[in-house]
Amino acid sequence: MIRDQSKDAQMQDDDQNAGPYLPRNAASHPAALHPPYRSSRLRSPQAEPITFPSTPSEESGPVFTGDLLGPLDNDLLHNFGPDGQSAIGPRIIVHGRVQDQFGRPVAGALLEVWQANAGGRYRHAKEGYIAPLDPNFGGCGRVMTDTEGRYSFRTVMPGAYPWPNGPNDWRPAHIHFSVFGAGFAQRLITQMYFEGDPLIWRCPIVGAIDDKRAVERLIAPLDMDNTAPMDALAYRFDITLRGREQTLFENRMEGL
Amino acid sequence: MSKHPETASQTAGPYVHIGCTPNFAGLTGLYENDLGADMATDKAQGARITLSGRIFDGAGDLIHDALVEAWQADAAGRHAGQPGADPHFSGFGRCPCDAETGEFRFKTVKPGPVAWPQGGQQAPHITLWIVARGINIGLHTRVYFADEDVANAQDPVLAEIADNRAATLLARPQSAGDYRLDIHLQGPNETVFFAV
Ligand SMILES: [Fe+2]
Repeated sequence: MIRDQSKDAQMQDDDQNAGPYLPRNAASHPAALHPPYRSSRLRSPQAEPITFPSTPSEESGPVFTGDLLGPLDNDLLHNFGPDGQSAIGPRIIVHGRVQDQFGRPVAGALLEVWQANAGGRYRHAKEGYIAPLDPNFGGCGRVMTDTEGRYSFRTVMPGAYPWPNGPNDWRPAHIHFSVFGAGFAQRLITQMYFEGDPLIWRCPIVGAIDDKRAVERLIAPLDMDNTAPMDALAYRFDITLRGREQTLFENRMEGL
Repeated sequence: MSKHPETASQTAGPYVHIGCTPNFAGLTGLYENDLGADMATDKAQGARITLSGRIFDGAGDLIHDALVEAWQADAAGRHAGQPGADPHFSGFGRCPCDAETGEFRFKTVKPGPVAWPQGGQQAPHITLWIVARGINIGLHTRVYFADEDVANAQDPVLAEIADNRAATLLARPQSAGDYRLDIHLQGPNETVFFAV
């Protein structure tokens, strides 16, 4: 087979950094089909996904830089209302660390978040809940992790809301997260829940995850150490993205 | 050994557009452009193509609310972030399906072949990642080009897939530079999805 220079450069790069991504552990994730979540019935592939070791197509990923972000992108309290007017509802700080499966920080990860307002209403054409819109709340924000993998944004506590599934299903309060790591193999969309919410364990979307501990890792604890006194409560949500196998080079360095 | 389990996926839900394509969702004034709206500038190298298609559920009904992401190499087979990659090409596209027609469409360049880590090359392909209400974990698939017979015949991923199913990954050329591929989440034509 012909080897071209770009491949040599890529291999050299990999030798110094990391090998293929660890296979995704299906047990950490919801099943594609979870019949109590009605929409999954016709939208879940029936065949087992095909696996192969990651290649440059999965090990590379979109490159985003800090200049993408505007000054209010991580402040959902103020990024929508006119003249800097604040959104209605309990003010909270959501923060945490993005790491890989080896505990190494993922720097420069782009997090996009969206949520309902404090009354449980989304600003979306398809939304039909009777709770009112807040003229000062869009429900959309984004932030990038720093060199230690840390992120933080401000918002309001989202409300629970009813949804058409069973006869009387309510989503627990949650914030949706879209996460880009370094490689497209790490691409993840998830939801963060709030400590103590009795709706979490009744939710068919949460229930699609079999592993109770995997659900518990989606529940952000109240974090009194990081509140803003007389201003905002804080919740901490750490995120783990897939890791790349250690290379021989690294093993030698660490092990011998 | 890894110490930490990966964070669990949860569905992107019906309101994914608010966070991922706010301008499309009518939340204008937050971001200048929706992320991934443009993949290539005028100066990007390579042949201009479009890739469009629709997504169908297990009842054969068109899905209108999905969000599709594309990730691909540049015309020379290099990905953004790698040495020598085309600075005028991001490789990343994001497209919400049209609320009326269900269509997604990417304006991009034809990718070059990509190295296969065990030696040799992969045929030109575009990775697609699909999220929507009812999809509990993002669906990862690949689009190959039906007019790349020779390269496709040597592709190590396609080689793992039965011929009748591999056809679900082949975008068909339409008029010059336009390719189409419909995606089926279930049924006799269920698209091949990957766990990579
Ligand atoms: Fe939601």
